[in-house]
Amino acid sequence: MFELIVNVGLPLALLLIGYFAGRMLEKRHYASIRLRETQLRGVLALTTRFVPSGVQSSNCALVTGSVVVSSDYFKTFVAGFRNIFGGRFRGYETLLDRARREALLRLKLEAKTKGSELVIGVRYQTTQISGSQTPSMEVMAYGTAVWP
Amino acid sequence: MLVSNLEMVPGHRVSRHLGLAQGSTVRAKHAGKDILAGFKNIVGGELKAYTELMQEARNEAVERMKLEAKSMGGNAVLNVRFVSTSITMGAAEILAYGSAVVIDPL
Repeated sequence: MFELIVNVGLPLALLLIGYFAGRMLEKRHYASIRLRETQLRGVLALTTRFVPSGVQSSNCALVTGSVVVSSDYFKTFVAGFRNIFGGRFRGYETLLDRARREALLRLKLEAKTKGSELVIGVRYQTTQISGSQTPSMEVMAYGTAVWP
Repeated sequence: MLVSNLEMVPGHRVSRHLGLAQGSTVRAKHAGKDILAGFKNIVGGELKAYTELMQEARNEAVERMKLEAKSMGGNAVLNVRFVSTSITMGAAEILAYGSAVVIDPL
């Protein structure tokens, strides 16, 4: 009986916690991302390698923004099934979307604290950092902030 | 020391190229934080301890790259790229590399 509880009950409890807590955290994170995106709308991030003509830029500095995000127990469980049938991993899509937007926001924030409103040459880099069962990804955005 | 991921810096002219400058570091977080991250794996979301780890490591790598560029006689590193690789669970190598140059203001 005890073994049954441990073997079935524990993973089930983790699944439920993962589903509800993970969902709540994701919703909260998206709300905060949207809020900060409107606040930082004044800072432009471009992928071009050259300063657009007509922009005053006598100073520049490297700015970075990075975040490590982890999948939750429920998403990982569902992804295991998804692997059998193929198709879209919606849970992982939102996970990486959140990470990318968060990294870009941190980059913009660093640029803003330097007094810059334009970041050029922005690049993204993604690395898997740990866990074969529960993937965690690091997303980093870097670019050059320019200001007059 | 100026660091940028562009090939040229606005308002400056590259007067001399000195070659590749690089800096790298391998970092790990202590076990306690790894365990906490393990709990965070259940509900998902940001792993702050690892974000810090990567940030510290990146700063260290950039510092070492600057030091190398300085020893070559440069005053800027341009075209900087970052590479990160996980070596084992909770340990990561960060490499920053770029071209050491001498720049003069226009």
